[in-house]
Amino acid sequence: MIMKKPIVEIKDVAFRYDHQPSRALENIHMNIYEGEWLAIVGHNGSGKSTLAKLLNGLQFAEEGSISVCGLEISEENLWTVRKQIGMVFQNPDNQFVGTTVQDDVAFGLENNGLAREIMVDRVHNSLKKVKMEEFLNQEPHHLSGGQKQRVAIAGVLALQPAIIILDEATSMLDPVGRIEVLETVRKLKEENVMTVISITHDLDEAARADRIIVMNKGKVYREGTPEEIFQMDKELLELGLDIPFSVKVSKLLREKGIPLIKHHLSESELVTELWTSHYNK
Amino acid sequence: MDITLQQVEYRYQAKTPFERLAIFDVSFTVPSGTYLAIIGHTGSGKSTILQHLNAILQPTKGQIVVGARKIEAGKKEKNLKDIRRKIGIVFQFPEHQLFEETVEKDICFGPMNFGVSEGEAKKRARQSIELVGLTEDILEKSPFDLSGGQMRRVAIAGVLAMEPDVIVLDEPTAGLDPRGRKEIMELFYNLHKKKGLSTILVTHSMEDAAEYADQIVIMHKGTVYKQGDPEEIFSSPKELVELGLNVPEVIRFQMLYESKMGIEFPKKYLKLDQLTDAIAAQLKEGIGL
Repeated sequence: MIMKKPIVEIKDVAFRYDHQPSRALENIHMNIYEGEWLAIVGHNGSGKSTLAKLLNGLQFAEEGSISVCGLEISEENLWTVRKQIGMVFQNPDNQFVGTTVQDDVAFGLENNGLAREIMVDRVHNSLKKVKMEEFLNQEPHHLSGGQKQRVAIAGVLALQPAIIILDEATSMLDPVGRIEVLETVRKLKEENVMTVISITHDLDEAARADRIIVMNKGKVYREGTPEEIFQMDKELLELGLDIPFSVKVSKLLREKGIPLIKHHLSESELVTELWTSHYNK
Repeated sequence: MDITLQQVEYRYQAKTPFERLAIFDVSFTVPSGTYLAIIGHTGSGKSTILQHLNAILQPTKGQIVVGARKIEAGKKEKNLKDIRRKIGIVFQFPEHQLFEETVEKDICFGPMNFGVSEGEAKKRARQSIELVGLTEDILEKSPFDLSGGQMRRVAIAGVLAMEPDVIVLDEPTAGLDPRGRKEIMELFYNLHKKKGLSTILVTHSMEDAAEYADQIVIMHKGTVYKQGDPEEIFSSPKELVELGLNVPEVIRFQMLYESKMGIEFPKKYLKLDQLTDAIAAQLKEGIGL
């Protein structure tokens, strides 16, 4: 068995927003492991985004502690921690700072005082990875929401952090753009051993993660592999969530008398089983 | 109220070195009471069209006819208030536009801005808060103490309180959880049915377009690629896939199944229930072997 090395350790964390009667997070105790793709799902207001803010030191835990790459987050070492975590938010308009696409991507690098040649190289490379290299000198307000989001992702990639947090970062992209971006992140994760934390409502996306955490009312409701999580079925619907499309198809076909070995998490897997059993009859 | 676009073109920053053609030769009609979906890639011009519908942008070529009002390229248009009252736009993340101290004041702001009395505006606030599935006690709260989903509903109530004839929705469910998404889509569909509101939905979701729209306009690279009802639009899905567009997941699955099995069903199914019936029947009877 491969030993999993925790890259983020969350210990008994609780958090409350100012003037709010109830806690936004309670009893959060978990590890995030190096190199994994972790999807965090949950209804609106379940605490997913709050958790992301705590990981990046945008908010501090009321109780408990969080360590990133072995370093406990505090006001003193905030900037060291932030070098390790790149964050992409939902709304691209709130995170565009440059006057052109390439200036925007270079912004973070400039803040880190990188040499110009390295900067130019990284800016071009990361824009290429999100397929925005043709837009180098475009102004941000000429880009559509999805295009801006790809630039925001390039900005994070350029900084080469150990962890990337996507806080519903693909929710405003069109389906094709969404797949492109997620494939890009996946490839990067594999090449650079980057850890991906994806906060998402897209259950088809979560189905492809290594592990899923389901949040409900500020607590971790369930943790498991996609296979395990999507066994929950109706329970997920009651939590305001959904099940992946291929699981829906599998269920309906079983109800209609077609035997299947399991509820498939991928469409091609499902079709392959249908094909195989059909031809072995 | 019918809306017609005739050969509409729009260039951002026209006649400057930064000029960029966003849409061209866009023509379509939205007859009164229609539910029309505009779909297309990111950057295909959907949002630019949307901003023409209530004259936030005015065409650089062509014209738009909204009811009795015509907006032509090259003319300085005045008195656009009337159009803006009749066409209610729910922008992406409309909750970002909430600003008042209380929900009631926020909802009343729009109607009062268009000359509705305070008493009438408050009455409309009560009606519209109910329409969006919230209760009256929320009216006294600060919009900023509400959850994201509630804020979205309040912002929508603000648009409904203007009592528009046409409602334009720009990705109204972005960022909502699956249940919230379903609830909001059903809400607009019921309003469309009950009040006969023309509804224009700008979306990436082929599933929503297939489920709710009477008519679909597909935008591609700044112009109309195809227009028709959902059956027509999705009857030749390969064409859409070749354009890099998506097809509803049910049809995508049907195509995958057909190509693996080497068969073809007589039609494309838009409902998962129908498709699984067809697959089950085919597997049991061994058709196509």
